[in-house]
Amino acid sequence: MFKRIWAWIQKFSSPKHFYRISGKMIPWFAVPAAVLGVYALYMGLFVAPTDYQQGESYRIIFIHVPAAWMSMFIYMVMAVSAGIGLIWQIKLADMIAAASAPIGAWFAFLALVTGSLWGKPMWGAYWVWDARLTSELILLFLYFGYMALQSAIEDQRTADKASGLLAIVGVVNIPIIHYSVEWWNTLHQGATVAKFDKPSMHIDMLIPLLLMAIAAKLFYAAIVLIRARNEVLYRERNRQWVKELVEKL
Amino acid sequence: MSMNKRSKRKLLVIMVVMGVALATVLGLTAFEENMMYFYSPTEVNNGTAPDTRTIRVGGLVVEGTVERATESLLVKFDLTDGAEVVKLEYSGILPDLFREGQGIVAMGKLNDKRVFVANEVLAKHDENYMPPEVADALEAAEQEK
Repeated sequence: MFKRIWAWIQKFSSPKHFYRISGKMIPWFAVPAAVLGVYALYMGLFVAPTDYQQGESYRIIFIHVPAAWMSMFIYMVMAVSAGIGLIWQIKLADMIAAASAPIGAWFAFLALVTGSLWGKPMWGAYWVWDARLTSELILLFLYFGYMALQSAIEDQRTADKASGLLAIVGVVNIPIIHYSVEWWNTLHQGATVAKFDKPSMHIDMLIPLLLMAIAAKLFYAAIVLIRARNEVLYRERNRQWVKELVEKL
Repeated sequence: MSMNKRSKRKLLVIMVVMGVALATVLGLTAFEENMMYFYSPTEVNNGTAPDTRTIRVGGLVVEGTVERATESLLVKFDLTDGAEVVKLEYSGILPDLFREGQGIVAMGKLNDKRVFVANEVLAKHDENYMPPEVADALEAAEQEK
């Protein structure tokens, strides 16, 4: 039984098979991501009510919060993939991890920039070194570290091992980001949605926010497939099936 | 590939994660105080916060204590965490969210009269988001009680 499952996993995680299947899957994520993203952004920026305290400025939440969530979610996907690559030596898992890093880095960057633009009018400062902001900045640097190791090491297997280990070690930062606002005094406010209590947000604001979060997940799914396909082609460039594919063009 | 080698790698990964997690917990516990962005008025008054160097203090602006000078930007108000109160003085432009009852974080130093002289005041907004009508209705309901 175990052997059969293992054989099935190996077949489906073969880069060639993945390349064929993923090409068909991309539009199924990309189209809903675009439609839902535009709709949620319109709802958030134009339809959702003004906030009682922060006025219109709060609307940056519709970008800031999904971006911050994605930066952590993608990190977990990257670390788990890197772990699978490291332990079971499934090549595709390493490719997914490598494909995810720049996307996660962009989301972390977006969360930091939008937060900074929000901070100036609301708090009175673009940046403060509190635990939430600092741990999110460390997340961005972890992504940079992973990407640097990937491109600095010539041998692909060694690169995957070294960067994969860094990704796994960096997982400790994820609970720190999430709980920083509870464990320490921070200027950043506490959780509004991601907590056991009911969300501290009016339903007309919450729905666009959650839709935006779903759109961001779909967007990531589409982009990571596209990037992983490129990674497959590059890493398997000397294999027969890639050569045949290129000749057909 | 042998099963043995695979479980060895699995063990190694688990040990690395647990080791790093333990080191992080120890490190963060050791630097607990430095991880705090600000002290509370209670910590300022009971001496937990250093009173000779620049620190940050955070709390709520006590309602009815804000006094603004007419000729300058000087503002005086009380800051509380619900238990203790610290008197505060600040000369400068306040953030938009500054108001009575609002959470703020001020950076500065205690003077010899134990008044906290701030050179920076930041507003800390809370995690609640709602339209103004809802906020008004909530306040009205609160007053009915």
